[in-house]
Amino acid sequence: MPEPTPALAARNLTRRFGGVVAVDDVSLEVRHGQIHALIGPNGAGKSTLINLLAGELAPTSGTIALRGASMARARPHRLALLGVGRTFQRSNVFRNLSAFENCRLAAQARLPRAWALHERASRCDVSATAATQALAAVGLTARSDAPGEALSHGERRELEIAMCLATEPSVLLLDEPLAGMAAEESTRVLDLLRRLRPERAILLVEHDMDAVFAVADVITVMADGSVLASGTPEAVRNDATVREAYLGEPIGSP
Amino acid sequence: MNAARRFLPLLALIALAVLPALAGKFYVELVAKIMIMAVFAMSLDLLVGVTGLVSLGHAAFFGLASYVVALAAPDPYTAANLWTSLPLAVAASAVLAFAIGALALRTRGVYFIMVTLALSQMVYFVFHDTKVGGGSDGTYLYAKPEAKLGGWSLVNFGDSTQFYYAMLFLLLLVFVFLRVLLASRFGHALAGIRSNEQRMRALGFNTYVYKLAAFTLAGAIAGLAGYFAAVQFGFVNPDMLSWQQSANVLLMVILGGLGNLFGAIVGAFAFILLEDLFSSLTKHWLLLMGGFVIMAVMLLPGGLTRAGDAWHAWRAHDA
Repeated sequence: MPEPTPALAARNLTRRFGGVVAVDDVSLEVRHGQIHALIGPNGAGKSTLINLLAGELAPTSGTIALRGASMARARPHRLALLGVGRTFQRSNVFRNLSAFENCRLAAQARLPRAWALHERASRCDVSATAATQALAAVGLTARSDAPGEALSHGERRELEIAMCLATEPSVLLLDEPLAGMAAEESTRVLDLLRRLRPERAILLVEHDMDAVFAVADVITVMADGSVLASGTPEAVRNDATVREAYLGEPIGSP
Repeated sequence: MNAARRFLPLLALIALAVLPALAGKFYVELVAKIMIMAVFAMSLDLLVGVTGLVSLGHAAFFGLASYVVALAAPDPYTAANLWTSLPLAVAASAVLAFAIGALALRTRGVYFIMVTLALSQMVYFVFHDTKVGGGSDGTYLYAKPEAKLGGWSLVNFGDSTQFYYAMLFLLLLVFVFLRVLLASRFGHALAGIRSNEQRMRALGFNTYVYKLAAFTLAGAIAGLAGYFAAVQFGFVNPDMLSWQQSANVLLMVILGGLGNLFGAIVGAFAFILLEDLFSSLTKHWLLLMGGFVIMAVMLLPGGLTRAGDAWHAWRAHDA
């Protein structure tokens, strides 16, 4: 049973860029133990919404609450420390660091005493353990020592997720984690999401409809900045306005 | 190549250690000056090469500490005590760097360059246009600070050789400190900010605080260099905190190679030795200097310390 207070709740979020309304009065709840998928055509405002939830952009109006506490104007690093982890649509890994070092640097964000200049970062056991676990979770252990720039596209997408996991987030905001992945890699990431689900709240922005309908507990459909429909996969699949937005194609049909 | 990389710094250190026994007073004083500038350049490398913050106002912190040497002295013929005036000078530079950094770090990229330039020029004009520290003429310091421990004189800054070894010690001290810092979690976070600041914020790093800490620390180390520059030169004037001085030290770091501290040291040596060489050849030495810098940047984009890599890349390309 999901808990009564949503892990992350957006109420009437609006974001304007000049005359363009990128996100228009969107309300959405992500609950602990759920995968909440966010779908919609390109330009629907999904990435803007993620950037609002992660604190990267400030909303023009509306509120965001983390476990019931208002996060008005919270900066990205503050939200990250409070447990909101995000991945980026474009792989955003440190190209000159190895996969392991990428994760260790990520884990380091949570450690106290960042000013202890005499302690070598490479000898930090806590962040090394977190990094090892995160790499194992996404199946990248064999590629630990490979530099970010030597990884394949799919491996970089997995490293994105591993870096996020290394910060031990309770809320995950995943911006198209499967984009450009091979089928085998996608399956592995979907399995990972299922394993992560019981302990976390997950917001998944994704274009791969088969994947979305396979893992999501709740689906929200956006178009032109506002919410078109929201509900269980079954309800969304049968929603007339959603079918229209997707040009009449039946979506996510088995 | 790897062996050379390991042994070259060691050979350079040995050469520096024996130089006063082999060279005359002129070169001992010149190399002492270069080592002071190398400390200054390393402090800027912490910003430009490590953190990715291009500051064009770094001389303000160097020059302010120089002025503290003059202002802390009771009169031009009596020097201030080293143990009080040095901490005072470094603290003054750190406070100024904190204040300028707090404002400038709210901007990014080319705006950051402009804001650091503008704020440091304000400091320049305070010393240039008011009577503080002798106005545009500056002040002479006829006495050197005394470094006494108990009743015993630790080092006599008036003696070229003793001053030289004190500066060699300072250079090593700052180099080792910064190398340890780069290997620490703080240093890794700074490197992460240079590489991808948005990513660091998303991971939970308060990048503004990290950058401000680096900026303040770099200012304090620049102050350390500025203090000893004033002690060696025996005078202070507004040129020491001018934007030309900021540009020169930036050139040293770029010339030597960014981000590894060795480059800052090599760049300081190359820059000042060439300045000395070219100015002995012709009055129009700035033309030669400019030509050299352009050639170096074109042919060795990684700086003098990465000349080996550039050579291998060129050979591989040719083959």
